[in-house]
Amino acid sequence: MSEPLLNVRNVTKAFGGVKALDGVGLTLRPGEIHALMGENGAGKSTLIKVLTGVYTPDDGAMQFDGRVIAPRSTREAEAIGISTVYQEVNLVPTLSIADNILLGRQPTRFGFLRKKAIKQRAEVALARLGLKLDVSLPLNACSMAEQQLVAIARALDIQAKLLILDEPTSSLDEREVEFLFGVLRRLRDQGMALLFVTHFLDQVYAITDRITVLRNGAFVGDFAAADLPRLKLIGAMLGRNFEELESADSDPSPAITEKRATFLEAQELGKRGVMDNVSLSIAPGEVVGLSGLLGSGRTETAKMLFGVLPPDRGSLSIAGQRTSIRSPRQAIRLGLAFCSEDRKSEGIIPHLSVRENMILAMQASRGPLRLLARSEQDQIAAHYIRALNIKTASAETPIMNLSGGNQQKVMLARWLAMQPKLIILDEPTRGIDVGAKAEIEKLVHSLRAQGMAVIFISSDIEEVVRTCERVVVLRDRRKIAELSGAEVQPNRIMNVIAHHDE
Amino acid sequence: MKFSTRSQNLPLYATMLVLLALFSVASLRYEGFFSTRVVANLFSDNASLGIAAVGMTFVILAGGIDLSVGAVLAFTTIFTATLVQNHNVSPFVALPLALAIGTSFGTGMGFLIQRYELPPFLVTLGGMFFARGVAFVISQESVGITNATYDKVLEFGVPLGAEASLSATALAFIVFLIAGAVLAHFTRFGRNVFALGGNENSARLMGLPVGATKISVYAISGFCSALAGVVSTFYKGSGNPADGVGFELDVIASVVIGGTLLTGGVGTMAGTLTGVLIFGTIQTVLNFDGRLNSSWLRIAMGGLLLLFILLQRFLSRHTAAVR
Repeated sequence: MSEPLLNVRNVTKAFGGVKALDGVGLTLRPGEIHALMGENGAGKSTLIKVLTGVYTPDDGAMQFDGRVIAPRSTREAEAIGISTVYQEVNLVPTLSIADNILLGRQPTRFGFLRKKAIKQRAEVALARLGLKLDVSLPLNACSMAEQQLVAIARALDIQAKLLILDEPTSSLDEREVEFLFGVLRRLRDQGMALLFVTHFLDQVYAITDRITVLRNGAFVGDFAAADLPRLKLIGAMLGRNFEELESADSDPSPAITEKRATFLEAQELGKRGVMDNVSLSIAPGEVVGLSGLLGSGRTETAKMLFGVLPPDRGSLSIAGQRTSIRSPRQAIRLGLAFCSEDRKSEGIIPHLSVRENMILAMQASRGPLRLLARSEQDQIAAHYIRALNIKTASAETPIMNLSGGNQQKVMLARWLAMQPKLIILDEPTRGIDVGAKAEIEKLVHSLRAQGMAVIFISSDIEEVVRTCERVVVLRDRRKIAELSGAEVQPNRIMNVIAHHDE
Repeated sequence: MKFSTRSQNLPLYATMLVLLALFSVASLRYEGFFSTRVVANLFSDNASLGIAAVGMTFVILAGGIDLSVGAVLAFTTIFTATLVQNHNVSPFVALPLALAIGTSFGTGMGFLIQRYELPPFLVTLGGMFFARGVAFVISQESVGITNATYDKVLEFGVPLGAEASLSATALAFIVFLIAGAVLAHFTRFGRNVFALGGNENSARLMGLPVGATKISVYAISGFCSALAGVVSTFYKGSGNPADGVGFELDVIASVVIGGTLLTGGVGTMAGTLTGVLIFGTIQTVLNFDGRLNSSWLRIAMGGLLLLFILLQRFLSRHTAAVR
């Protein structure tokens, strides 16, 4: 086996006490395509940012090409020979293709750009990928796939030895993916090392030689792709030892006591380009889980139900009435609530106080003229701070000063204050500590006991199993199975995800 | 979609067409309009505007804005006029000093914007009040300049045919316009400015010197504003702390009409020249036509500005849809 090109050992990086990376290792050899796998929050992007100099690790060592490295900027990383192509292509759409490939490194004479030489070098870089484009065209005239390839061409021009591809295929169609893979194989055969981040399992097996798995910021393992069957990979990503799984005695999940009237029933709901097909029903006092890997359509399902992405086919009925939800406002009127996974950009308003954040939805539903009395606001805030055990200095503290878990609880309080009949919790435990996780799970149980219907979305399969009595399994933007009662077990869910069409 | 690929240049062609149409119609309507003298005067009369617009083009291309331009111009005029007239300082000392102050002032604002991630609108608004205030501290009133060096410069002219000549101020405009065009379109620095305005985050991830570029464009604008002030002292023969109120808005309008996207990343120096000449041509038309008063300049500029931002919006939607 050849000498490793990149050797990362024991890298640790914490943000405000939360360890995003905890003793992670990564080894890459020249002429190898290596997949970096893990669910959301596993630490993939943090690791990439450490490699590319965006973050400085708190601890650990990195060796590249036989030398110890500690890049402090993208520029430095590129100078060493590490180049990155990001998911949302980080190029300048208004500039020409040639400019994008050579920006910052254009050949000049007496300080002036040599336009002919620039054009030529850009064409050479594209030719290495087997691509021929008019390099004087602005980048925004290109398709996403072409832009992706231009980004790779840029990386090639700097003579990168290691090319990192962060979710390069997420916006490409099948044919484009095939072409890209051809390019990647060609680069591998030229001796480049490629680190490939994706959540598409098929693609991992189609192209990679080795797989490194991370989970919750920790290193799980470095496997040869051929020796790691799908199920084991999923087990590694989701945090269950497979053998242990098979022998584990299954917790009897909460039995379905009686047949209750359905609150919400969705049939064959879909939206072009978003979600193929999902059906689900839920009754008051029921907790239904949505399970599946990243990109399987969990959040999209929630957003369709809540009117954020109104579906364009299928039918929906609420409390026995046929209806269609076109906007979140309408969803709220019908008694739905949606606690978004992305609380930073879709939930909290950082400079407003805990109280103000809590009453937002409630105030919005009353309209701007019927102000909620201050005393009432204080009462609501005090109630939920106590009921959800929110750790805050006071109800008037700006929410940005709270920890992630407590912010999440404020978000929950915002929706609970509306007294919804159905609440959708999308990754309510993401990025919060273990104690807070347990509290949120407990809360879900008590909501169920109060007769609320809960749709629970989480990447943590065990959490889903602990919390839900029924689980809808999604894959590739469609529902592939529904498990209930005794079937709700981690290994069953993983089996379904891994083997559905095999 | 071949059409959309070059649509970036469309605003430029549109402004050029407007200028051409304006000039042709005026030439047909007013006797003596179509002459080298009118063209030479377009450059002389609008030298201040044009030079400031060159600086502003860099700032807007980089995705910023500079509201201090008019105030820096006013400061420069009164500063040089006072030094030359009241303190007998040689213009060879006073003018470089004024330019250095303008450049440092722009650099300072650029530093604040870059280092503390402050919005350029507010920083340069602060800069505008500051420079205007200092201008009035120097002198409350206009100061006329009578100076031998000034006279010599004013006498200078490059003859264009029998009846017209290109003044020193017009030459300064042309020289700095060309320098600006070369810097913007033929150097790495220029490409970096475009990249910064096109997508700052990408520019950073591509390893471009984002901070230095950002500070530089405000430094350039500061320099150009001061130079516009210097030119104005020659053109008017005086310095006035009340000069150039609203001047920055004329400058911004000229740049945007010239096809530079206010959000940054797209534009050309040729467009800026066209924008400035449109402004000047409308003004000349008003001078030729005694019946119209100068309010019509504002009305025409307002109309054109709205027309062009609509055009840009349409084009950017179009390209977004293609993507």
